[in-house]
Amino acid sequence: MTLSSVETAAAVAAPEPERIDRIRAAAYRIRHYALTMGEVQGQGYVGQALGAADMLAAVYADQLSYRADDPHWEGRDRFLLSTGHYAIGHYAALAEAGIVPVAELETYGSDDSRLPMSGMSTYTPGMEISGGSLGHGLTIAVGMALGLRLQSSASRVINFLSDGELDEGSTWEAAMGAHHHQLGNLTAMVDINALQADGATDTVLRTEPVTEKWESFGWYTQRVDGNDVGALLAAFDNIAARRAVAGTSASGQPSVILCDTKVGRGVPLLETREKAHFMRIEEHEWQICREQLTAGYEGTASA
Amino acid sequence: MSTVTTKPKLKTSAMIASFADPGQKTTSAPFGHALVKAAEADSRIVGLTADLGKYTDMHIFAKAFPERFFQMGMAEQLLFGAAAGMAETGLIPFASTYSVFAARRAYDFLCLDIAEPNLNVNIIGGLPGLTTGYGPSHQATEDMAIFRGMPNLTIVDPCDSVDIEQAVPQLAASDGPTYLRLLRGNVPTVLDEYDYKFELGKAKVLRGGNDVVFVSSGLMTMRALQAADALAKHNVDVAVVHTPTIKPFDSATVLAELNTDRLAVTLENHTVVGGLFETVASAVVTAGLGKRVVPIALPDQFLDAGALPTLHERYGLSVDRIVAKVLAELG
Repeated sequence: MTLSSVETAAAVAAPEPERIDRIRAAAYRIRHYALTMGEVQGQGYVGQALGAADMLAAVYADQLSYRADDPHWEGRDRFLLSTGHYAIGHYAALAEAGIVPVAELETYGSDDSRLPMSGMSTYTPGMEISGGSLGHGLTIAVGMALGLRLQSSASRVINFLSDGELDEGSTWEAAMGAHHHQLGNLTAMVDINALQADGATDTVLRTEPVTEKWESFGWYTQRVDGNDVGALLAAFDNIAARRAVAGTSASGQPSVILCDTKVGRGVPLLETREKAHFMRIEEHEWQICREQLTAGYEGTASA
Repeated sequence: MSTVTTKPKLKTSAMIASFADPGQKTTSAPFGHALVKAAEADSRIVGLTADLGKYTDMHIFAKAFPERFFQMGMAEQLLFGAAAGMAETGLIPFASTYSVFAARRAYDFLCLDIAEPNLNVNIIGGLPGLTTGYGPSHQATEDMAIFRGMPNLTIVDPCDSVDIEQAVPQLAASDGPTYLRLLRGNVPTVLDEYDYKFELGKAKVLRGGNDVVFVSSGLMTMRALQAADALAKHNVDVAVVHTPTIKPFDSATVLAELNTDRLAVTLENHTVVGGLFETVASAVVTAGLGKRVVPIALPDQFLDAGALPTLHERYGLSVDRIVAKVLAELG
């Protein structure tokens, strides 16, 4: 018997407000770090980082087991960034997690930096894989989940991918493999920002209906507002509840959280700018971005 | 009842066809048995395949270690991505498919997920070069050319069951990724007749000879040895140097053998582009030897379908064709 998402949701208590506030604060800092890095290069994937900041905060500040001073600790949960160009957001999350020093963020994209523009495991502590060639992350995640389970590890694998990566056949090879091998220790997070390199996702290659696709591939599928921290945490709690019911937490259905996000989220100037994969931000605009981010956060935080 | 006798008709070789000569000494599934043996000694070894377990001798391992065998389905990108992920958790994966699929279909996954992080993943490619009569969809005539450009990747082209048995534990023990050009099924056993041991990264002189020096890899070393025997009947004395590791290449041993007045010939089960011949040629040029080298290799073209003996004869890999070529070169 499998629990439907409705039944599970009813069985799990809503996340506590303090927990939500803590993750929102982490997301706020991650967004500031991303702006700091973006300003170094004068451009970049800032829009994606801002959009994904709540997802990254939920993962690093709430979900992952890790040791900041020992990024290779064997018992850690694995977070795999499949979208290498989101590295700017991931570095910000690693800084929030204490794995990368905040002061190092300003080296982003510079020669000899440990923080290259596209994420690479061989460069950065806490970076598990070299993403960038899209559609790889979930295949590696399947192998990691299999390998950890074989070695009786309780560690989980979380793979961050984008809706654009749903174009890649390898993503669906991996989706089938994860279901076939019943990888209950694997969770995928799909950032659905509806934007690809050449334009809006529905004009590049239509991926909808996304929920039905993942369900039909045998995954426990939830679709949430990826900029709603409470919804993200509830989705993770639902997965944890199902794993507890299953008893053997490393086997059972793999889980996916489909996260609808907004490019540039938290900075109205960028939220309303014409959507672009590689967003250009003028020199004088960085300070405006920071001010808007802070004003927005403080406005809702004090509410 | 008909009493008419006809010449046996050569049929298109099945995927599981052996290239062994009739009556030749063979060993069954040497890779599968060697992997089982290695896995008994090292619990980190796991096996994966992409719906070709039976055709890559991986089924032997699957039967011996069902909990350490992973069927990934006919999904080569997943096969190699997952093998990388398993290696990231400390396991030593052997992942098998046909060479054509590993080289052509999953290159990006081998390159970025396995080779760049220098993981100990061992890629097992069946039907290398011209070892099937199924035509270009199955004939990996350019696999070494594709893979030689990949940094960190060790490439092994074994001659026979002896090479495979001895190579497997060394591949598992070596850091970084390897690609093995698998010979499967009833594999000829040839090198046990020689004072020979497989050493990863080393070329070995199997026999000396004053007139000609063969530099060969893979099943063409077997043919080189047969051709050397045949040429002896023509009073041509042939040395054979076996180079099972194509990359990194043992230039020192090979160049020492080439730096003589003997006719130099390379023999490979691979297109003349980008394989053993060009590996040797670049070593010769780099060393400034100014030595002519004659390639025996598959032509730079998509090959025909048909029976393996027919095709080996057609494309110059047969012993008769080798002998004829050498005699012509010697004038």
